[in-house]
Amino acid sequence: MKRMINLRPDRSWRMMLTLLPFALLLLVYILSSDARLALNPNDKLLPSFAQFASTMQQMVFEPSKRTGELLFWQDTFSSLQRLGLGILIAATLGLVIGLLTGALPLVSAAFSPLLTVVSLIPPMALLPILFIVFGLGELSKVVLIVIGIFPFIARDIQKRAQEIPAEQLVKSQTLGAATPAILLRVLLPQLMPRLIDAVRLSLGAGWLFLIAAEAIASTDGLGYRIFLVRRYLSMDVILPYVAWITLLAFLVDWLLAWANRRLYPWYHQGGL
Amino acid sequence: MLQINNLWKSYGDQIVLERIHTEVQAGDFVTMVGASGCGKSTFLKMLLGTEVPSKGQILLDGQPLAAEPDADRGIVFQQYSVFPHLSVLDNVIIACAFSQSPWTGWLGRTRKAAARQAAEAMLDKVGLSHALQRYPHELSGGMKQRLAIAQALMLKPRILLLDEPFGALDPGIRADMHELVLGLWREHQLTVFMVTHDLKEAFYLGTRLWVFDKVRHDPQAPHRYGASLTYDLDINRKRGSDLQGAALLKDIQARTAPTVALAG
Repeated sequence: MKRMINLRPDRSWRMMLTLLPFALLLLVYILSSDARLALNPNDKLLPSFAQFASTMQQMVFEPSKRTGELLFWQDTFSSLQRLGLGILIAATLGLVIGLLTGALPLVSAAFSPLLTVVSLIPPMALLPILFIVFGLGELSKVVLIVIGIFPFIARDIQKRAQEIPAEQLVKSQTLGAATPAILLRVLLPQLMPRLIDAVRLSLGAGWLFLIAAEAIASTDGLGYRIFLVRRYLSMDVILPYVAWITLLAFLVDWLLAWANRRLYPWYHQGGL
Repeated sequence: MLQINNLWKSYGDQIVLERIHTEVQAGDFVTMVGASGCGKSTFLKMLLGTEVPSKGQILLDGQPLAAEPDADRGIVFQQYSVFPHLSVLDNVIIACAFSQSPWTGWLGRTRKAAARQAAEAMLDKVGLSHALQRYPHELSGGMKQRLAIAQALMLKPRILLLDEPFGALDPGIRADMHELVLGLWREHQLTVFMVTHDLKEAFYLGTRLWVFDKVRHDPQAPHRYGASLTYDLDINRKRGSDLQGAALLKDIQARTAPTVALAG
């Protein structure tokens, strides 16, 4: 028998082992749900899959009686729009601030300490201010996401910019480049794949701020829906919504990882 | 062409280099050796412009050298001198782009075509014409250095600085690189400064060999005296292997050992 640290699963074994915990969780849920429903057919805490299907059927395919909208898609669209806009603005802001503070010591001296302080402010504590200043509409939700994640992206990009070997900057100068050309042609392209990495890492926080903002003040959105139906103990809505949010988060992350490999092959094959 | 007047370099109260006077003619190939920490790299950085002398001057054609790197001086480092996000061809084209539009580094279509032709010709000279579309991480160490040399030579710099460019290469590859550098030096009539750890390499490549060493020692305060140029040898390449050369080699080895390795 080999030592444990030397045992590696082959392909089919790996697949089995990957699926195993998911299957176990599912099994535990089905068994507990069945047990509860056998005792009380009106139990709302652990709905059966048939209940999930009929509820989601309504939300996905049938227009709401009150507004005439397909609620599930309306919620998904609103949330993704807020998240996408927030992430896009935060990434742009983070890239510009990170690049300038990472590459130019003068800008760094002026703004790095401020950036550190800003990044330490808990964004949720600012939410009331955002509501007061920007109202309860879309703007304050997007701003919360931006404020929540841009300092992280900016600091990460700043650090990555400083990690680019000084030799490259010296080399550019000996080829006659002025500062803007070095920023645009040497640093910026090398920071792009790192920016995508930073965005991937901050997506979790982005979802957190999105759902928090929607839970507090909104009229649609995935987070709004979950917190709305909580009053009726509608686990048949909440659990599918959570699964859907998880799937969306996974897909966005996967898409970014794929795009990163496609767009910047040199970054992923030890090109440094 | 290059005049060095009473050059000193110190960091705080630690003196690295002291009292360096010399003159270099256009077309000289200066190789610099010395123990680790003797200041030969610091000297190269002052030529490059990333360090400034504490005292004294370096004059290029009678004018003080600019205090930051510029297109007068080309550089090849031991590593990291090529751009990892650009293909081999783009790595050389960007040299033209930077020199022709220093602010944006963008070239129009016609200028880009011209730059591309020039870049292909240069890459052909250094033997990389088969790898134009590859990225640096797909190249061997020797090929990367060939690319770095091609990049540095695109702008025909007055001075070419080589900072242990072949230190990380296998001996066989190194011999190829020596022929390449000598060929380019003759063809473009370059003025070269090269830092190396390898004495044989220094003898083989250089027309002048500089040895950096401390002339004065204070055992109580070793940092109070800096290194200076203890040898400035004119090397006649044809005599490089005769008895006189061999004796010199031995003498210098004895002085700079044990930190200077004599690689085969």
